[in-house]
Amino acid sequence: MASKKKTPKKSRPRSRAATATPVRVLENAARSVLDTVERGELPVMEFPSRSLSNVRYSPQVGFFQLGPRTKRRALRANSAKTFAQTLRLMALSKEMAATGDFATKREAYYVSKNWGECRFTEQTESDAVMDDVEALVSRDGVFREQLGFVPEEHGGSVVGNLVVREQDPETGRTLSVDCGALGSGAYTVPRNVEALTLESNADFVLAIETGGMFQRLHSHRFWRKHRCILVELAGVPSRATRRFVRRLSEDLDLPVFCFVDCDPYGIANIYRTLKVGSGSSAHVNRFFAVPKASYLGVTPQDIIDFELADATHPLQAVDIKRAEDALKNDPFFRAHPRWRVAIEQMLSMGVRAEQQALAKWGLNFVIDEYLPRKLAARDTFLP
Amino acid sequence: MPNRVYRSAAQMAARQRNISVSEFFSKNRHLLGFDSPYKAVLTSVKEAVDNALDACEEAGILPEVSVEISKVRDDVYCVSVEDNGPGIAEEQVGRIFGKLLYGSKFHKLSQSRGQQGMGIAAAGMYGQLTTGKPMRIRTRTGRRQPAWEMLVSIDTAKNRPEVRKKRKVDWKKAHGTRVEITMEGQHRSGAHSVERYLRLTAVANPHVSLRYVAPDGSVHDFARSSPDVPEAPTEIKPHPHGVELGRLIHLLKHTEHKHLGSFLREEFSRVGSVTAKQIIARVDGLSARSYPKRVAKKQAAALHRAITRTKISAPTTDCVVPIGQAQIIAGLERELAADLYLATSRPPAVYRGNPFVVEVGVAYGRPGDAQLELDADGRIQKRPAPELDAEELIAAPGDPVALMRFANRVPLMFQQSACIMTKAVIDTNWKAYGVSQAKGALPIAPMALFIHVASVWVPFTSESKEAVAAYDEIHKELLLALRECGRGLKRHISKHKRLQQEHERRTHITTFLPHIAHALGEMLELESVRQERLIDSLDQALLRRRRKR
Repeated sequence: MASKKKTPKKSRPRSRAATATPVRVLENAARSVLDTVERGELPVMEFPSRSLSNVRYSPQVGFFQLGPRTKRRALRANSAKTFAQTLRLMALSKEMAATGDFATKREAYYVSKNWGECRFTEQTESDAVMDDVEALVSRDGVFREQLGFVPEEHGGSVVGNLVVREQDPETGRTLSVDCGALGSGAYTVPRNVEALTLESNADFVLAIETGGMFQRLHSHRFWRKHRCILVELAGVPSRATRRFVRRLSEDLDLPVFCFVDCDPYGIANIYRTLKVGSGSSAHVNRFFAVPKASYLGVTPQDIIDFELADATHPLQAVDIKRAEDALKNDPFFRAHPRWRVAIEQMLSMGVRAEQQALAKWGLNFVIDEYLPRKLAARDTFLP
Repeated sequence: MPNRVYRSAAQMAARQRNISVSEFFSKNRHLLGFDSPYKAVLTSVKEAVDNALDACEEAGILPEVSVEISKVRDDVYCVSVEDNGPGIAEEQVGRIFGKLLYGSKFHKLSQSRGQQGMGIAAAGMYGQLTTGKPMRIRTRTGRRQPAWEMLVSIDTAKNRPEVRKKRKVDWKKAHGTRVEITMEGQHRSGAHSVERYLRLTAVANPHVSLRYVAPDGSVHDFARSSPDVPEAPTEIKPHPHGVELGRLIHLLKHTEHKHLGSFLREEFSRVGSVTAKQIIARVDGLSARSYPKRVAKKQAAALHRAITRTKISAPTTDCVVPIGQAQIIAGLERELAADLYLATSRPPAVYRGNPFVVEVGVAYGRPGDAQLELDADGRIQKRPAPELDAEELIAAPGDPVALMRFANRVPLMFQQSACIMTKAVIDTNWKAYGVSQAKGALPIAPMALFIHVASVWVPFTSESKEAVAAYDEIHKELLLALRECGRGLKRHISKHKRLQQEHERRTHITTFLPHIAHALGEMLELESVRQERLIDSLDQALLRRRRKR
């Protein structure tokens, strides 16, 4: 398999093509406010409503997105401050986008401390305004990282058939990282993945929940034998990881298989967020969701098929609540009958199984038996 | 046991004699308001001014009264009060000033300031008792008449006037009276001062021009603010329902009427032949032809009961002259700087057969206390604090309201807590009108309340005329008047609160305009001049929105 010759697919950096866009989007928003004021009218800014009741899902689109509802922010007694803060935060991000600088949410909060009576008193306030700005510019295809606001948390680890190229910010020289030539270490997904050029001749991406499992597969060069890219999710994936996997899925047209624990958290939180995004980030899921991802395992059926029953733990009350909530309220699971069956099966068995449960049959059972068998029957993957 | 000496009836009889009114007074002077030296000065001024105003109004003259207090020596002051009234017939002067309980007011039922004919003579007697000096009276009844000056003292044993040194003098006044009394006294400023009394008199009598010369020589002029002499109150006969048994017996005994029927018809108001018959029919053994003097002895009590049980129409009320809404407001505006003036004049009502009128005025808000107002452009401006008088009649913020009580236009200076007017203010639920009030206490507000009870007979709690007694009918009318003013006050307070909130909102919004301009300036690289213009346009646009509302 590994010897089969294949032309590597290549993805250009996203940011270069779009360098002017975030700045122009912000300028346009500012210009519209300016024009209104100079016409002698009172400015009103309109933002997509980020309320959960405005979140929509349809399998055709493939991810959670915001509905048509909007909220208006005007110069009223209770919104004048937020109005001014929004504009100042936009001004800050325009400056960062123009100069290529960046700030974390926490840093942006502290920058506001120099704004006098316009300052934020809690970071939750500046986060909310930032989300509004992000929702506003997302209509024009721009998201937060492009505005210079980067998340605190970095991305997960990546190894496999992938070459990542980017420019040294100091020298401008192109640096390339071959993720298949890293020894026992791994490539860490940076906070902003837009500037990366991605090149790969892999067949698929395997997204793995735990660091331990990732390490096992990496050490045994699983990616080489199966010609794939391994991504460590490390729990619910960060924005950087999600965006990185999204680029692998979309730009390189690679299928993404998800390998997580068989429990409501692995299914309804980790997998669901990777695939369709979350309700609270519905305004940016169009950039971060990986609609083509599918669920390799561990499935409830695997517990039977691989005789893992004696390696399971009973579902806790919190697990049952989460599973029932997914069945009842989560539009993603409600839209997919196969998922309903699988979750109901898990609930009726009353147990959960971790990825590591496969070690019952030997430490490398997962490499030698489980994954090859699963990969050979991709139609059993859950949507 | 020590031997005790018992007296016989004859021995006791030898010690029993007439008590002269004057002697009674000198022992009970507190009853008439002469209980302390400083109060004596105030009471004397009060009595003299009351008489002056009554006389002027009865003669239809616009009163001009001048009060002067000068220090003779320590604790001795000379009080002089001069008016432009009709003057006093020269032969009457002695009796008016030198005899207690002499006068025209006690025997008639008519709204006037003085009631008993006690006041000014009592003041003169007080002066005489404390300094030995007689009163000096000057009076002139008209341009063609001479001006007389004389010294009047009182024979305290016989309650008889003694007039001395009577002479004609030159006086540039065409008519008027001047009273001068030297007395032991003290001078004070503050809530119970002569100045405060005159100032309150000016509030309740906008038609009066007052001048006050204080012991330090300073002159206070309280200018007239209304050119109309109040309508003269008409005199009425007593209403049967207001007459007590003793008074009824007295009237029966002294009437000139020979028949009970005509007695009832002629001595009382609202009794015609039908009502008289109804009353008489209720008493066994009496007829319309019964002789009143005989009734007084035998069946007066039965007659009194019959009167009480007979339905008699309420007394006419045109005999009570209110100050009137416009005049109250004129008076308040004259002496109190406030944001809001309100006044209510109730229709006449009756207690115990006596007609009365209740009036309430409100002066709310000291203009110095950070007031806001809308200007013509629709902007909210802080009103500049005006110069305040040293003596402020409106309560300071956080203090209980200042009460100004009046009876027949006379300020009541003492015994506030014993007065029905105070009770009515406390019994009003001020919280309903946006004013804070602790239970059973006066409301707390930067406010002065003007309360006036006018009646043909004001029921004072004592002879010193300092508090009005608690009659349910008066209490009820006071509550109604206070509530009416309260409703007006509520409108004002909530409007002001709205303005205050609006001001806070506007200030809040305006705070952020520079930030908006700054942010737009940063994003679109605008020059600072253009940013300034932005702030201006935003401000203008906000103003236009407010005007639309």
